[in-house]
Amino acid sequence: MGERRAREERRRAREFEAFVAGAAGRLLHAATLLTGEPFGAAPAAQDLLVGALSRTYADWDRLRGEDPYERTRHDLTARFAHTARRYRRPRGGMLDALPPQERLMLMLRMYEGVAEEQVAASLGLPVERVRGLCTRAMAEMLSRGGSREGGGPRGARPGAASLIASRMLGGLRHREDAAAAFPARRPAGAGREPGGAA
Amino acid sequence: MRVPDRKETEVRALLESVPPAPVPADLAERALRRGLRVAHRRRTAALLLWAFFAVAVAFAVWAAVAEPWAVQPARTTPPLGW
Repeated sequence: MGERRAREERRRAREFEAFVAGAAGRLLHAATLLTGEPFGAAPAAQDLLVGALSRTYADWDRLRGEDPYERTRHDLTARFAHTARRYRRPRGGMLDALPPQERLMLMLRMYEGVAEEQVAASLGLPVERVRGLCTRAMAEMLSRGGSREGGGPRGARPGAASLIASRMLGGLRHREDAAAAFPARRPAGAGREPGGAA
Repeated sequence: MRVPDRKETEVRALLESVPPAPVPADLAERALRRGLRVAHRRRTAALLLWAFFAVAVAFAVWAAVAEPWAVQPARTTPPLGW
């Protein structure tokens, strides 16, 4: 009995380690996008990911054909959404000037490519809200993409990007009434000072 | 499926533009240990719940058989005449 259980345990650990070896890089990148930490030095993202992975491991034999990657991402998302207010302060990463909810939308919709309806269902939000948050996050990101040093090679057109972004924001202003419910909204240019989390 | 527009492509490229950071070697180990703890805690909770359930059933059976709420029959006869 004990021998069999030990064997099962070893088998599960082996499978889990193989899964982590394959998926941890992408998941860690996603978690780092969420927490807004710089890539390569992201202790909070690691903690978030370890928590999600541990839950996946605890449920390993009960996945029943479900993709462990999706399961872990879902858990990661839920954990982040639950503790989002801890990550409001900018930490020097790529998306740190955006509010946590918008980071979450960008990560799920743009980085992971999850469908709008699926995001809405898993977070319990209306689809329009997801769309609005995502549009706004994209506009903000493109508007500051050119001025950021870590923005990457594609952010080299600040003029056009910011023009588009300002038009989009202008168009959004009268449409997005629900999005105004967020308490900590920073103006687009003031993302750098640490005292932003009022 | 709609065609992704230029802005979406740009944002996607921006998000993917950073080279992947190295994953710490002990990440799987940490997750595994924590997962074992979670599983252990769940097992303990389930065990406690089952134990409570078993005790409750045993008590119900005993109570149905022994009927401790029934009053004892009187040992002495009531005095005759009043």
